[in-house]
Amino acid sequence: MDIIYVLVPLSLVLLAVAIGIFFWAVKNGQFDDMDSPAHKILFDDDDDLPKKHDSSDQP
Amino acid sequence: MTSAETHSVLPDAASSPHQGLAFGPNTPCFHCGELTDEGSRWATEIDGQQQPMCCPGCKAVAETIIASGLKDYYKHRTELPELSPANSDDTDLTARDTLKLYDSAALQKGFVAHLSKNDQGQSGHYAEATLIIDGISCAACAWLIEHRVNQLSGIENAVLNMSNHRLVIRWRFDEIPLSSIVEAIYRLGYRASPFSATEQEAQRSKESKQAIRRLAVAGIGMMQVMMISVPLYVGMATQYEIFMRFAAMVLTLPVVLFSAKPFFMATIRDLKTRHLTMDVPVSLAIILAFTSSIWSAFNQGPEVYFDSVCMFTFFLLLGRFLEMRARHRMGKAGNNLMSLLPNVALKVVPGQDDEVISSEEIQVGDILRLKPGHAIPADGLVVDGQSSVDEAALTGEYMPINKSVGDSLIGGTFNVENPMQMKVTATGAEAQLSTIMRLMDRAQQEKPRVALLADKVASHFVAAVLLISGSVFGFWAWQGDEHAFFIALSVLVVTCPCALSLATPTALTAATAALREAGLLISKGHVLETLTEVDRVVFDKTGTLTQGKLSIEQVIPLNQQTEQRVLELAAALEQHSTHPIARAFQHIEPADSATDIEQIPAQGIQGTIAGQRYKLGHSAFVSNQSAFVSHQALQQPEDSEGQWLLLADEHQPLGWIQVNDSLRKSAYRLLAGLRQRGIKTALLTGDPSGSGERVATELGIDELRTGVSPAEKLQQVSHWQQQGERILMAGDGINDVPVLAGADISLAVNEATDLAKTNADTVLTNGRLEVILAALDGAVATRRNIRQNIGWALGYNLIALPVAAAGLVPPWAAAIGMSLSSLIVVTNALRLTRIGRLIREK
Repeated sequence: MDIIYVLVPLSLVLLAVAIGIFFWAVKNGQFDDMDSPAHKILFDDDDDLPKKHDSSDQP
Repeated sequence: MTSAETHSVLPDAASSPHQGLAFGPNTPCFHCGELTDEGSRWATEIDGQQQPMCCPGCKAVAETIIASGLKDYYKHRTELPELSPANSDDTDLTARDTLKLYDSAALQKGFVAHLSKNDQGQSGHYAEATLIIDGISCAACAWLIEHRVNQLSGIENAVLNMSNHRLVIRWRFDEIPLSSIVEAIYRLGYRASPFSATEQEAQRSKESKQAIRRLAVAGIGMMQVMMISVPLYVGMATQYEIFMRFAAMVLTLPVVLFSAKPFFMATIRDLKTRHLTMDVPVSLAIILAFTSSIWSAFNQGPEVYFDSVCMFTFFLLLGRFLEMRARHRMGKAGNNLMSLLPNVALKVVPGQDDEVISSEEIQVGDILRLKPGHAIPADGLVVDGQSSVDEAALTGEYMPINKSVGDSLIGGTFNVENPMQMKVTATGAEAQLSTIMRLMDRAQQEKPRVALLADKVASHFVAAVLLISGSVFGFWAWQGDEHAFFIALSVLVVTCPCALSLATPTALTAATAALREAGLLISKGHVLETLTEVDRVVFDKTGTLTQGKLSIEQVIPLNQQTEQRVLELAAALEQHSTHPIARAFQHIEPADSATDIEQIPAQGIQGTIAGQRYKLGHSAFVSNQSAFVSHQALQQPEDSEGQWLLLADEHQPLGWIQVNDSLRKSAYRLLAGLRQRGIKTALLTGDPSGSGERVATELGIDELRTGVSPAEKLQQVSHWQQQGERILMAGDGINDVPVLAGADISLAVNEATDLAKTNADTVLTNGRLEVILAALDGAVATRRNIRQNIGWALGYNLIALPVAAAGLVPPWAAAIGMSLSSLIVVTNALRLTRIGRLIREK
């Protein structure tokens, strides 16, 4: 059981690192936009780029 | 929509093989969703199918989207566009010229950053700018704009932030002018304006980042402390237990000192103002539980409550965080009043070329040149020239007012017809617009707030909680029980649990989100509460109940002309005009192109078509020709509504055209719905003409006052309020801003000016007035939901309180009870997200 004397402080250190990384991410604007990335992934747009359609769709 | 485009799309529509495929009256426009009778007329082929369009504006936007290969926008979108192109195309002509200003160095100084390298490290002349995009309604809009802008040559990258509607673009400075980028955005039916961060805005972004950090620390801390608490509850050897307690303490320390700081700050503020809010018992519980647990950890006391402290803090912070996000989402892009003013002005320097200066540099006494179609940059007097000025933004009236030398001009209004020169008399804070802002500030302070009542109830509740906890401690201490302190603490925790504090905010957040989906943006917390008590809905006329633009009502041809011919000639004359009347003719194919066009302010317009001279305007102006003197039958038609224009050639009058501002289609449904719900209605309009009465009769509005000034509107509303009525005010112009601020709830329609939108409690995002009915029903459902939640939370508390006071609640049971109780409350509140779906089914 004495191992907890090592493991618990170790988890505290890891936690401090995790929070440090999180703060860095916040500072770098990773959390500024919480809406669009979730939607962007749903729009698969590779098949429709203008090169292909320029000729047929132009009025 | 330029006239050239109108020209090119029209023959298409006429010769379309699908012409026979008729869309009936009241078909929703494929692009903007507006119900239209002209669906077939503007129909556009999309994916091989004819789709109805309501106007050339929508048609042009849809064609741009298709031509850019971005038709998936229609597949992806979940919301209709916020700005109907029909309503923005009038500003387009003037906007096109204004866009050129984006290329001026004086303006770019404010918001364009120049870089010498791009992301890949290639050197070159790059520039970066942030634009605020107006009109984004869903994620597909962001997709559309990003892709369209990225297609332009010279663009390095463009990223749109959905949360604050800002587009950050980086481009090769010499390859594409900024005005072309902005124009591309305009052509998609959105508006863009330059963004430069204000101090307030920077403050807000800092606040929101700090909130995320606090929430994360509390969340991570909570999880870790929970993990440590499990072995503590299960029980372990004493030396390990002491160690685990200390570990939990270390983990809780940042949660209390960093995450819970806002509660403590609020408590200090409350104590200073001698006003009890929920923050006081929250802080007290956190501090007491934490300090007593520390005492316990050092002295091997009976229990530690580190887990409860963390969980309590986290849940409360989560509720506030969600509320803050909803709040920030409203204050879209921090639009401020100054965005209404043009950013640059042309200063007349004697003996030299005009100097382009930014609006901050304008000084009293400067002589400025005003081009037609441009906004007036400051208050002042006309010193040279004669023109008409569109003061719609300030007065709500769409008819321009004639100005000549010596007349005063108000900053933020538009010069319509001819160039003028003005002498600046006031800038910034002294200007007229600021006066209206001050009027609004005052009204806002006097605003009756239901929130205050809620505060009062909460403060009584808090006082009771403190009193009960105090007496429980007193009782057990008097009994000589050594656990007295911990029992009192568990009473404090139990009576002030998450459930009660989550009950209202979660329900409000869920309902707010649902209504936003339905097309109503709520920006102030008290709205849903107050909506259930609304007794009277007050409307502004122009731009709120009506569309705020002129359309052709009637044509009476004279002297063997056909209706079609009269309209075609009129359209040819008006084709290049920026006058509001010209918009009414925008969708008509002109006969031929007119030359030598001359606009005479407040009179009319004349020009040459196919060698013939034509005049269109007031009858006095048009018939002011010798050839007419002998001519009879020039009596203006009886019907006095709206405005009659006379068209004539050199020899004879050709016809009368009546133009008027038409009602929104959804106004009828809204008024019928309000009557059904027993809510009174009133119309307050600044327009002194008879059209107010016509609108009131047609819609069945209970009370009517015409020709009232902004101050009188406010007075009338406060008069009703004194009689105990709760008022919902719907308006759009800057002239409505004071009365919007004074009403219990204010609502700005989607085309409202930024100032009205920023200061309104709610904004209609899609222009369907009947969403107001949905909001009224939704508010009732929300109130019911909140009552259920509070009922449950209170019931739980009332049962838990005596048990806790008797000292029978172990901490783990209190923790589980508290979490379960919160979970039930949150789940119940989330049912409200279905309001939106119900509305759509209706």
